[in-house]
Amino acid sequence: MKLKTIALTSTALGVASLAFAEGHMADEMTIVSWGGAYQTSQQKAYSEPYAADTGVSITWDESSAEATAKMRAMAEAGNITWDVVDVVAADAIRLCDEGLAMEIDHDEMLAPGDDGSTASEDFGELIVSDCFIPQIVYSTTFGYRTDVAEWNGAEPEDVCAVFDLETFPGQRSLEQRPIANLEWALICDGVPIEEVYDVLETEEGQDRAFAKLDTIKDSVIWWTAGAETPQLLADGEVVLGSTYNGRLFSAIEEQDQPIAMLWDWQMFDLDGWIIPAGLSEEREARALDFVRFATDTQRLADQAKYISYGPARQSSAPLVGQHADLGIDMAPHMPTDPANAENTFLFNYEWWADYRDDLDAKFQAWLAQ
Amino acid sequence: MSDAVAGPDQFTGATPDNALRNAERADGPMLAADGRPLKASLARSLRRSKLRALLLIAPLLLFILLTFIAPIADMLFRSVENQIVSETLPRTVIALDKWDGETVPGEPVFLALVGDLNIAVERKAHTRLGSRLNYETTGISSLFRKTGRGVDEIGETAMEQVIGVNALWEEPATWVALMADPDWIEAQAEWAAEETERAEPRFRLNGAVEEALPLSADLYRAFARTIQVEDEDSPTEEEPWPVIYRALVQDLAALGPLPEELAASGVPIASLEEAAGGFLMEDVSAAFLDIDEDWADPEVWGTIEAFSDPYTAGYFLGAIDRQLTPQGIERQPENQRVYGTLFLRTLWMSLLITGSCILLGYPIAWLLANLPVRTANLLMILVLLPFWTSLLVRTSAWKVLLQQQGVINDILVWSGILNDANRLVMINNATGTVIAMTHILLPFMILPLYSVMKTIDPSYLRAAKSLGATNGTAFWRVYFPLSVPGIGAGSILVFILAIGYYITPELVGGTKGVFISNRIAYHISTSLNWGLAAALGSILLALVLLLYWLYDRIVGIDNVKLGG
Repeated sequence: MKLKTIALTSTALGVASLAFAEGHMADEMTIVSWGGAYQTSQQKAYSEPYAADTGVSITWDESSAEATAKMRAMAEAGNITWDVVDVVAADAIRLCDEGLAMEIDHDEMLAPGDDGSTASEDFGELIVSDCFIPQIVYSTTFGYRTDVAEWNGAEPEDVCAVFDLETFPGQRSLEQRPIANLEWALICDGVPIEEVYDVLETEEGQDRAFAKLDTIKDSVIWWTAGAETPQLLADGEVVLGSTYNGRLFSAIEEQDQPIAMLWDWQMFDLDGWIIPAGLSEEREARALDFVRFATDTQRLADQAKYISYGPARQSSAPLVGQHADLGIDMAPHMPTDPANAENTFLFNYEWWADYRDDLDAKFQAWLAQ
Repeated sequence: MSDAVAGPDQFTGATPDNALRNAERADGPMLAADGRPLKASLARSLRRSKLRALLLIAPLLLFILLTFIAPIADMLFRSVENQIVSETLPRTVIALDKWDGETVPGEPVFLALVGDLNIAVERKAHTRLGSRLNYETTGISSLFRKTGRGVDEIGETAMEQVIGVNALWEEPATWVALMADPDWIEAQAEWAAEETERAEPRFRLNGAVEEALPLSADLYRAFARTIQVEDEDSPTEEEPWPVIYRALVQDLAALGPLPEELAASGVPIASLEEAAGGFLMEDVSAAFLDIDEDWADPEVWGTIEAFSDPYTAGYFLGAIDRQLTPQGIERQPENQRVYGTLFLRTLWMSLLITGSCILLGYPIAWLLANLPVRTANLLMILVLLPFWTSLLVRTSAWKVLLQQQGVINDILVWSGILNDANRLVMINNATGTVIAMTHILLPFMILPLYSVMKTIDPSYLRAAKSLGATNGTAFWRVYFPLSVPGIGAGSILVFILAIGYYITPELVGGTKGVFISNRIAYHISTSLNWGLAAALGSILLALVLLLYWLYDRIVGIDNVKLGG
């Protein structure tokens, strides 16, 4: 009996302290993400359990693609309606530079890893900005059709197949921006990965990359939305194309298309949360409480049940299990799986922050020629 | 018929006009019932009714002003606005006035920059300035970010030596006693005793100190106010930035005998002045070069100087493929010229789309206007149907139809007109954009054409034919000229809509079929270069207005009709 009383008392205490904390937090919040399968995975892994625990009402907004522009407009209007925003790391850096995102003390505000490491150790070098809370590692990589008759049974084994029109004839799809394309062009032109950015800093190096892209320019369809390549591959419009690895996973495993992955020289990129600067105290407390919950070791591993993006915490990797509906092991589909990650590079945020404006103008001029 | 020639002037008798005329002919003005001159009274009542009319439309007018004109004006203003440089680096900009433009600037400029950057880092403004200047010169973004991380250490050697002379210099209170206006110190003490919610009184500098120690006093004031505003902290609690120690030593070295106010302030400044001569002083410029050697690059300084004015033509120059460099205005290198091509392409393709809309829309409008009502109504529903479907759905449908493995190519190959290897490329190029946009904009051509054709009396055509005209002549000489106002209205609508379109070109235009609006959208949402986007938008707006004016001169805007 005594034990039960103690248990009851402590529960009551727990409830009381929870209620006290609750009193200082807003009871509704708006989370911004990308929509589609990705947002569904976040809802299942993060927001549904969080709402069940706290009773907070959560509204989702599918505006991540325009998040930087909208956040700037909101800050100028002085009316910030978002509480937590899912953005790619490059946007997080931009928003942090503009003073639109709140700076995060990762060790203090985020949960420590299940293995006892502090948050900043657990995320490691993925904390690419003071405002950025990493969530997943995804990659931009290639998929190809497995039934192309003109290839005579040849199968692409490395990324340079993209530039090899003789062995692998047919249309390709590439993203309509210089990032990653210029790197691949130089790698396939014989530049070692550690020298790629040094070469790209010079005028001759840039010309060299564009000259390499020139060799396939007439066979390229340029995409702007991640869904385009899987669709083009499924329609047979292209035989080879770059996109986000999760999109290819769902085309291959969920829709059973005759497509295979080409992981060679995949470019890692990060996606994560930021909290807008200038929220009221209650809303900020709620937003911080949510990201603390949503980026702990278990939650990040849970997300991988629904989509093939790697959790950003090292401590989550051993917990990645099987797909919630398909029942297949997810680990071999993760971009970070050792078998897939033989040749990789990480989006060079700092370098591109400097060179993006310049190279984008050159890239657009090159496309228009 | 001769009666019709008589105008109102020919009427005799009591008309208002005649009354006025009679009054003028008479000696005095004609008076109204209240004894005022009739003319003034009339004018007054007219004015009153005009005012009433204005009041009636005032809500609409205000609404349009607030929600339409003001945002556009605000956006266009961004194309020239450039306060960020002079606001973030005010001291540097002034110090750069004396720079020769070719060599690395001297110590005073660097010293001004440390001060500015310390404040900017506290306000988190240096990265924003970095991305602004990076639009002009590649590399400045990371230069500012990197410097921002190290700038609070510049001046530390001076700081250590000052504290070495007397440890009191480590105390914030010493600095406040030296720098602050005695009145402020009193007000601050009162405020501290009160424990109110009010903010601390705004820091004020002691005038005598400002005169004697100009550099350090200026920086200290900036420090104190930044601390108060940004950190909601008090200068009485915070140790000043190392650069302020550095500036103080420099001020003391330049100062002759210590003024009395300073000597009497109770701060151990006399001993410091004695020792300051023997200090080992670090070069501020060397410290900057240690952080990043790009600070020795005159191009970086040239960019800061070239964009130091609060207003700039830089964005507009960028929008016409030119750039503002320290040497003056230059054309962009050939591999970076984009916008000229895109403007021409946008104009040309919008004209093409307008032309194809006329060709396709005219016969349909004619059918609509001439078929029996039941059939015409059905046809009208078909014309309007696209309005009820999402733009994205319609555009994607064109993808399915036009792509190389699409419906049209499949049918052509299946029927043997094409062989499999020569499938037509109809999408992801200019053709795709023209086809999809003609379809989307067609209703905007058909509707005004239809409403004008509906009012053309069929008896005119019958009359022409009864006088011996062939069908063709009757159409060309009678019907077509009467329908021209509809073509005019439709063309203006379609052209103006087409010139600003960007979703459809983005989806089906590939690289050769995108418009200038696609670049505007990119700069608004991805690169965040709103200044350039605003400049491009202003040029587009000016082009449309210019074309409208030309149209008015050539066709005449009175010849445009949206309905009967």
